[in-house]
Amino acid sequence: MTVRELAERLDYTILTEGRGLENEVTGCYCGDLLSWVMAKAQSGDVWLTVMGNVNSIAVAMLTDCACIVLTELAPLDTDARLKAESHGITILTTHKNSCEGAVEICSFLKNEP
Amino acid sequence: MNSVKLHYDVPGDDFTRAGEASGCVKKMLKEIGFEPDIIRNVSIAMYEAEINMVIHAGGGRADVEITPDYIEVILSDDGPGIKDVELAMQEGYSTAPDNVRSLGFGAGMGLPNIKKYSDEMKIDTEINVGTTITLRFYLH
Repeated sequence: MTVRELAERLDYTILTEGRGLENEVTGCYCGDLLSWVMAKAQSGDVWLTVMGNVNSIAVAMLTDCACIVLTELAPLDTDARLKAESHGITILTTHKNSCEGAVEICSFLKNEP
Repeated sequence: MNSVKLHYDVPGDDFTRAGEASGCVKKMLKEIGFEPDIIRNVSIAMYEAEINMVIHAGGGRADVEITPDYIEVILSDDGPGIKDVELAMQEGYSTAPDNVRSLGFGAGMGLPNIKKYSDEMKIDTEINVGTTITLRFYLH
């Protein structure tokens, strides 16, 4: 499943398109402590977080996660949006919380053919 | 391959620019064609150290040397120094102020992450003089 398919199926809103819409989603990680996320998130993970600041974009770049999902409609700072756009990072948003998001994403991944 | 040397200045108190040095190094390592694991290790360790310099030391300097056998990253600052290195190396221990915590840092994972991702880590620190962290990542 690609990030684009995930956004369509789960009705997540695309905040920045970046270059990640065709990224293959292979897993999911939830977390708001950036050092923790850096240590644990894997390449190809959808990263669910409420941290919409500029440092989150750096963490997404370093971990090569498939995209960021800002849960509970957490705000995306203006400088974070600009940095995401200039570095091609895809950001989605949903009103669901990180736990609900993780459950539905993992369920989709599990049921993929 | 001859060795490649890079130098970056890390600005202090500017979270918007923190990560520029590690981002540049990541890009360069990718272009040279290093394995994804080594790229991840170097760039994450370096980013954590950059953030530490921004939070605690008002910025600093990063020097990177890429050789055929290893990558060395030296991060030095003129900050307050680390009072108790052993304590600072413990996961969960942090002296970061609240405004930094609200940005998602200050989990006490910085130095432990740097150690985890590097093959060798040396900390030279002196109170009120500064801190130098030397990291080695072996390629073979």
